[in-house]
Amino acid sequence: MSIENTFLKVQGLSKSYKTDAPPVFEGINFEIERGEFVCIIGHSGCGKTTILNVLAGLEEASSGNAIMLGKHIEGPSLERGVVFQGHALMPWMSVLQNVCFAVKSKYPNWSKPQIIEHAKKYLALVGLVNAENKKPSELSGGMKQRVGIARAFAIEPKMLLLDEPFGALDALTRGVIQDELLKICKQTHQTVFMITHDVDEAILLSDKILLMSNGPNARIAEIVINTLPKGRKRASLHHDSMYYPMRNHLVDFLVNRSKDLQMKGAKGELDGYSPVIVLPGIDTPEM
Amino acid sequence: MKKLSVKVRGAILSIGILFTCLFVWHLATTQKAASVENSAAANEYSSLMGQGDGGSTPKSGFPTLTQVGETIYTQLSHPFYDNGPNDKGIGIQLGYSLLRVGLGFFLAMLIAIPFGFLIGMSPLAYQAFNPFIQILKPISPLAWMPIALYTIKDSSASGIFVIFICSIWPMLLNTAFGVANVRKELLNVTKTLEVSPLRKAFLVILPAAAPTILTGMRISMGIAWLVIVAAEMLVGGTGIGYFLWNEWNNLSLSSVIFAILMIGIVGMLLDMAFAKLQKAVSYVD
Repeated sequence: MSIENTFLKVQGLSKSYKTDAPPVFEGINFEIERGEFVCIIGHSGCGKTTILNVLAGLEEASSGNAIMLGKHIEGPSLERGVVFQGHALMPWMSVLQNVCFAVKSKYPNWSKPQIIEHAKKYLALVGLVNAENKKPSELSGGMKQRVGIARAFAIEPKMLLLDEPFGALDALTRGVIQDELLKICKQTHQTVFMITHDVDEAILLSDKILLMSNGPNARIAEIVINTLPKGRKRASLHHDSMYYPMRNHLVDFLVNRSKDLQMKGAKGELDGYSPVIVLPGIDTPEM
Repeated sequence: MKKLSVKVRGAILSIGILFTCLFVWHLATTQKAASVENSAAANEYSSLMGQGDGGSTPKSGFPTLTQVGETIYTQLSHPFYDNGPNDKGIGIQLGYSLLRVGLGFFLAMLIAIPFGFLIGMSPLAYQAFNPFIQILKPISPLAWMPIALYTIKDSSASGIFVIFICSIWPMLLNTAFGVANVRKELLNVTKTLEVSPLRKAFLVILPAAAPTILTGMRISMGIAWLVIVAAEMLVGGTGIGYFLWNEWNNLSLSSVIFAILMIGIVGMLLDMAFAKLQKAVSYVD
C-alpha cells in the first residue's frame, strides 16, 4: 500500500529519554485508515502517551517517523485535535470562551457571531448548552471533559487524539460520555486515536485495538480487530457472542503475555518484528 | 441569645482595643502634666529659670489626646492650603508623595512586566540575568540616593528614581515566576491550536500569570510607600516624609503623630486597592 492511500502511517518509531538507558519503546509500526477508531492499551510506562504526543507533534521521537496524508508530522497542527488527560481548559475563560478560543484559532477570519454559533453547535453536541457561561471550576469532572471534547471537535480536525480522556471519571459518567463520543464520531466520521486502560471501553469504541507490551523496549505486540459488529451499545455489549472471546483475549494479554516481548526485545531478538493481527473469536493465530 | 458573627464580634473587639489604647494614652499624658503642676520643686525651678509660674502645661511634653485631636481637626479642615515652601496642607503633601510613588511605580511597571515576561519565557535569559537581579535586589533603595542625586541632579526626580528602583524587583521576579509556571497543559493546548505568539502572550500567559503579577505589584506598592517617607526626609522640599521631618524640627509632636496616622491610612488604602485588583484577576483552578 502506498503512503498516499494510508491516512496515518507510523514507521519504526522509538523514543529514549537517556542515551545509556534502553528505549521506552522501539520498532513501533501501525497504520490508521480514514474514519477508523483506534485504541491503544498497555501497562503504565510503555510510552502510550509519548506515542500520542508524537502524533500530536508535541514531542519528537528519537527515531522513525509518523506520516499523515503523505506528510511527515513535524510540530503541532490544527489538523490534529487533542483531548488532554486533565481537560486543560483555561480556568479564567467561560465554557463558551474556551471553545471560541479554539474556533478563532482555526478560523481567524470568521466574524464573532459566526465563531459563537459554531462553538455553540459543538457544545450542543456534548449537551452543554446550559453551562456555556460557567467557569470550568464550576463544572463537574465529566462536564469539564465534555468541554475538552467539544473544543477538540470544534476545530474540525482530520484526526482526533484522546489521551485517556475518561480516566478520572466515575463509571456512570464515563458511560454517558462514551455514548456521546460514539454518537459524535459516527456523525462526523472522525478518525480517532485513543489511549485507554479500560478493556470494555476499547471494545465499545474501537474498530482496532493496539496492544503494547511492557516498557522499556515496549512494542506493539498485537493488532486486535474488533470482531463485534458495528453499532455497538453499552447496554447490550456484553450479550454479544463475540464479547467474551474479545474481552478474554485482551485481559489475557494484559495479565500474561504483555511481559514476554519485553524480554526478547531487551535481548535484541525482535529486529524487524511486526505485530500479529488477531480476530478474537474468529481465528486464533498460532502463538 | 443570638450569637453574633465573627466579623461583628471582631469589630466590637477592635473598637474596645482602640479605646483602651486611647485611654492609656490619655492617662499617661494627663498624669504627667498634673505631676509637673503639683511638684513644688519644679515650680520653684521654672520660676528661677524665668518662665513665670510653672503651672501651665509643658510645651514640649508628649501631646495629649485633645491636642492631637485639635491638630487633626485643623489640618483636615484645610487640607490644601499653601503658605509657602514650609507650610503646606496635608493634602498637598500627600499629593506630592503619591505622585512620586505613582510615577516611580509606573516606570518600574513599564520595565518589570515586559522584562519579567522575557525572563519567565526564556530559561537562557533567566540564567543570564539572575545573578544581577540577586545582587541588586537586596540593596536598600536609599543607598542609591547619592548616585541618583549626583547623576540626576534633581532632588524630586531622585525620589522618583528611588521608588522606581525599589518597586522593580518584586514585580520583575513575580512576573518571571508567574510566566514560567503557567501550566504546561495550557501551553500544549495553545501549541496544538497553532496560536500566534502574540495571542498566546496576551490571551493565555498574561491571564494565567496575572494573579502572581498582581501579588508582585502589591508587594512593590507596599515597599514604595515605606520608602517614600524616608526618601522625602532625605531630599526635603515637599511630600509627607518632609512634612513629618519638618514638624519634628518644629517640635510639634502632635503634627508628627498626625502625619504618622495619615501615612498608615494612605498605605492601607493603597493596599486595599491592590487587593481589589488582585481579586479581579484571580481565578479558581
